[in-house]
Amino acid sequence: MDLYSEIILDHYKHPHNKGKLKNATISVEEINTSCGDSIKLHFLVGKDKKINKVTFEGAGCAISQASASMLTDKLTGKSLKSIEKISNEDVYKMLGVQISPGRVKCALLGISTARKALLKTKK
Amino acid sequence: MLDPQKIKKEFPIFNRKINGKSIVYLDNAATTQKPKVMIDCLKNFYENHCSNIHRGIYSLSEEATEMYESCRKKVAKFINAKSEKEIIFTKNSTESSNLVAYSFGDKFVNAGDEIIVSIIEHHANMIPWQELAKKKGAKLLVIPMKNPAKKDYSLDLGAYKKMLSKRTKIVAISAMSNVLGIKIPVKEIIREAHKVGAKVLVDGAQSAAHTKTDVQDLDCDFFILSAHKMLGPTGVGILYGKQELLEKMPPFLFGGSMIKNVTISKTDYAELPEKFEAGTPNIADVIAFEKALDFLEKVGLKNIEDHEKKLIKEAYRVFSKYKEVDIFLPENLESFGGILSFNIKGVHPHDIADIFNAENVFIRAGQHCAHPLLNALGTNSTARMSFYMYNDFEDIYRAEKALKEVIKIFK
Repeated sequence: MDLYSEIILDHYKHPHNKGKLKNATISVEEINTSCGDSIKLHFLVGKDKKINKVTFEGAGCAISQASASMLTDKLTGKSLKSIEKISNEDVYKMLGVQISPGRVKCALLGISTARKALLKTKK
Repeated sequence: MLDPQKIKKEFPIFNRKINGKSIVYLDNAATTQKPKVMIDCLKNFYENHCSNIHRGIYSLSEEATEMYESCRKKVAKFINAKSEKEIIFTKNSTESSNLVAYSFGDKFVNAGDEIIVSIIEHHANMIPWQELAKKKGAKLLVIPMKNPAKKDYSLDLGAYKKMLSKRTKIVAISAMSNVLGIKIPVKEIIREAHKVGAKVLVDGAQSAAHTKTDVQDLDCDFFILSAHKMLGPTGVGILYGKQELLEKMPPFLFGGSMIKNVTISKTDYAELPEKFEAGTPNIADVIAFEKALDFLEKVGLKNIEDHEKKLIKEAYRVFSKYKEVDIFLPENLESFGGILSFNIKGVHPHDIADIFNAENVFIRAGQHCAHPLLNALGTNSTARMSFYMYNDFEDIYRAEKALKEVIKIFK
């Protein structure tokens, strides 16, 4: 099946930046209500608002886990504000496969969690 | 004996091809497919009999009323109720359980009382009671499974008996689990509850289309079901209640159709069953539901039960060959209906369902509206195949093909 490309399966089986993060400055969690899967993101943000490190925790399907894994790669070293510039389309492009309507929530779980983190810092 | 190939021909949906391939429908616990006679009846109502019921003094309305009431008689016969006055039409079994939780709960449940449910309940028969307990300051007690870690999913009836007391006002229990397919010994549960004066609601949403229901033999106080899980249309549910109980209960919804006489200061309510059917009901779908029940009777519930037993045994044999597969069934399948929940090591059920979908094998993945049960099983979600009268061994082998594909992709 095309959905399960090598890169997605690779991120699923060997996720990048997975685990807790000591001294995290922001931690947020989001739940996919359709399947109950959850993703936690932990950010270590410097005084310059740069993401020095970001990790994720959670169990879920290949799409949600690979998406979160790729997202942590993408965000590392960027400013927290750069989360704002990542559109849903960018996430689909990052995944590189066709996302059916049923899997949209899975694909976007990581980025929705990151957006929640950004919102938290704005409060 | 029933012939699934012959039965399949009565269901237009199985003419459908997706990507050139026929479909294998294994999500019958969510909703069943619909026979042509039922679909034709819906169309016929709107084309030839469309009118409101219980009020018109003209032929169309009289016909529609007669057709609507004819289904009520049919349902009463189907579950062996004493009288059709005991049959209330709702929109689904969730509304039926809510009706009882609100109406019975309002009148008979007080602070300090106890309500008993089981761990296997669908949210439809769990949350209304949780809410009622919260509202009234009553306590919600939950019957556990015996030993789910060792695949003994039967309910711990010893624990149940200890829970019962004079404080118990109602026991709400499913006749069959929508996740595990296990059949619950409701008759024994009812007998024990009655000893302490508690009432019992049986959730038959999962059982009613697969095994014979006899409410008088069970001696349950309430029985609920959903038409769409038994070949009928969506939007119709049934509440059966013993007449003397329903008569004591206050109405649930208020408005037209459920009244005798209205003044600005006071309203006298209608007799049963109208007292509980406020507003224009789902006339067309109720009428079509009768055709679904006719179809079920023609095939025969005993035949359906036997057929599903064969299917579940074959599915278990086929799926248990694969060491990666964990099946939520014991080896002894005697008290189980046609439902097989499973997980594949290292693969999320959503991915399983997606790969099955690519083979046109439609299964359910997730938490099946039963979060407390999934927690008790120690899993976040499962993949589920649920069978019905039109499924055959070929469907199981198509599912096996999809299973092999999952294992190949994630190896």
